[in-house]
Amino acid sequence: MDGFTLDVAHLLAGGLVLTSFVMLYQDRLYALLNVFALQALVLSLSVAWQAWIQGAPHLFITAAIALIFKAFIIPVALHRIIANLGIHREVEAVTGLGPTMLFGIGLVALSMVVMLRVTAGDDPLAREDIAFALSVVLLGLLMMITRSNAVSQVVGFMSIENGLILAAAGAKGMPLVVEISVAFSVLVALIVIGVFLFRIRERFDTVDVGVFDRIQGERR
Amino acid sequence: MNGFPGVALMLAIPALSAAVLALTTDYRLSARLNVLATFLTLLSAVSLLFDKPAPDAYFNVDDLNIVFIVLTGFVALTTSVFSASYIAHELEIGRFEPVHLRFYHAMYQALIFSMNLALVANNIGLMWVAIEMATLTTVLMVGLYRTREALEAAWKYFILGSVGIAFALFGTILVYMAARPVVGEGFDGMVWTILAKRVSAFDPSLLNVAFIFLLLGYGTKVGLAPLHAWLPDAHAEGPTPISAVLSGLLLNVALYAVLRFKLLLAANAGALAPGPLMAAMGLGSLIFAAFMLYRRRDVKRMFAYSSIEHMGIIAFAFGMGGPLANFAGLLHMTMHSLTKSAIFFAVGHISQVKGTQRIADIRGLTVSHPLLGWGLVVGVIAISGLPPLGVFTSEFLVVSSAFARQPLLAALLVAGLLVALGALTLRLQGLAFGAPTPDVAPSRASYAPMISHLGLVVLAGIYLPPPLVAWFQHVAGLLG
Repeated sequence: MDGFTLDVAHLLAGGLVLTSFVMLYQDRLYALLNVFALQALVLSLSVAWQAWIQGAPHLFITAAIALIFKAFIIPVALHRIIANLGIHREVEAVTGLGPTMLFGIGLVALSMVVMLRVTAGDDPLAREDIAFALSVVLLGLLMMITRSNAVSQVVGFMSIENGLILAAAGAKGMPLVVEISVAFSVLVALIVIGVFLFRIRERFDTVDVGVFDRIQGERR
Repeated sequence: MNGFPGVALMLAIPALSAAVLALTTDYRLSARLNVLATFLTLLSAVSLLFDKPAPDAYFNVDDLNIVFIVLTGFVALTTSVFSASYIAHELEIGRFEPVHLRFYHAMYQALIFSMNLALVANNIGLMWVAIEMATLTTVLMVGLYRTREALEAAWKYFILGSVGIAFALFGTILVYMAARPVVGEGFDGMVWTILAKRVSAFDPSLLNVAFIFLLLGYGTKVGLAPLHAWLPDAHAEGPTPISAVLSGLLLNVALYAVLRFKLLLAANAGALAPGPLMAAMGLGSLIFAAFMLYRRRDVKRMFAYSSIEHMGIIAFAFGMGGPLANFAGLLHMTMHSLTKSAIFFAVGHISQVKGTQRIADIRGLTVSHPLLGWGLVVGVIAISGLPPLGVFTSEFLVVSSAFARQPLLAALLVAGLLVALGALTLRLQGLAFGAPTPDVAPSRASYAPMISHLGLVVLAGIYLPPPLVAWFQHVAGLLG
């Protein structure tokens, strides 16, 4: 494999990690959605590049799903839901921006150290892809933890999923990638419908003990 | 696939009936069809006992998953019988609309389909898709009552379950990556039977990382502490038949996935030992849940914590490993499924009759409803592990095998069991005895499912048929 293909694959996978970081500090929902759409676009490019260099045409389907479904349909749907719920003006208190970013950097370092070490024998493309993928997964998880708004939690979950699709596409010759990406799309679609139908604004975990008691069904 | 198409039928019947039931408007008919479909599914599952098809790229029936398959078929059948009388009452008091029922029945069959698929899958990717589908169907059913609490429970289950599912997928990809240099690219790298044969040559460090993700991912679905947060809410707020299937079956299916990956790791000499991790999580869940049992005021929530406790015991037993502990784990899993679903059958009818799930508002059941009340008493005595019932046998085996090998852990195990026993008997006294509280609705329970389950549990406590023992011993030997 020549240096150029590897460099492009790196650029795109690194772009995913970068957009994950950008999402971490977005405190406005619309901006968050735009960054998410950008990430989905980078993902579809990355998967398409993998399809090209691996000579695996079925990965183009996964790339197309990422492009159409996640870069367009989902962000547009969430835009409308946010407008509907009347939370588009809300500025989310992103708790401890500095520490969160530092923690994120730590997570990326961790995934590099872990994944590059355990995949020492593998080819360089797959190794670095899986390390980037784990970074995106962990950053998505960090975002889900630091946000209190249901919509941004859903976005965090979808960015976890982007990382997983990157990992699956990078694992050369992995079967069922298309099926798995379809299954994930169904999951995401249902989550989005759930947010819309049940008008879920906040996540239910809260430090307010009074609310907690009611959720636990203990105070009646 | 050769011979009798048991696997195909076991998947086709629930899939077809899900479609048919989604279109059936008459609820009496659809409840009967539901029972019929689960009965036929059970028959085809039992046929696999006599005629195991040879493994192919997608499906595999071996001595390990057949235990889970038959158990799933049986509990699914009895739960569908219970569900028929449960929903008739819910319709009457208007908690369900007929249109919900079409959805409910279709989802019930879809759940059985996805559990069966996860169990017979010979492919780690297919298994992942099936477990994801099972999660989705149960999420939809937990939120069925549309109350604020039910939606909150469903949402929490959804988010936590999805994160678990995501971790499990990452682990699955890592297993494929570990297999690729040895097995080669393509489909073979995800097939259980091929992985199991050649795992000794895999890169151990990659397998280790993969197992951590898989244990966290599928462990969320098993309900092991500290990943259990969705479980009590999902059990308490959904329709009771779903609580019975969740506790009795779905937790087992997730545990089965963990066990399969544990087998892979155990066959690789360089990989870390998966047993201690599982045993530690199991013991932690047991002790945590045992103490949590004390503060519960909602009867379904209490039994949900008891499920966490028992999944902890089972994970501990399998984590210890060895023929005796594995045998005990299998037996305990079977007994727990039967007992816990029987308890949920009783609790479902009780909460309908009394119109509440609050423990403080339910008293004197043995006086007002002797059969339900005594059924609950037998169930709770069984689940707290008192002799002479089946759960006692299996818990005794777990404890004695633990004492033989890790006396310190065994002491913790016994302490946890005693704490749980105390909590359950404390609550049982209030529920079953004393002056009865007034009813809000007449009792029209169907007792057959509860009695058949409890009958089996009592029987297993007194006499375990030798063929069953031989079968479980054989499987325990396979589990290493």
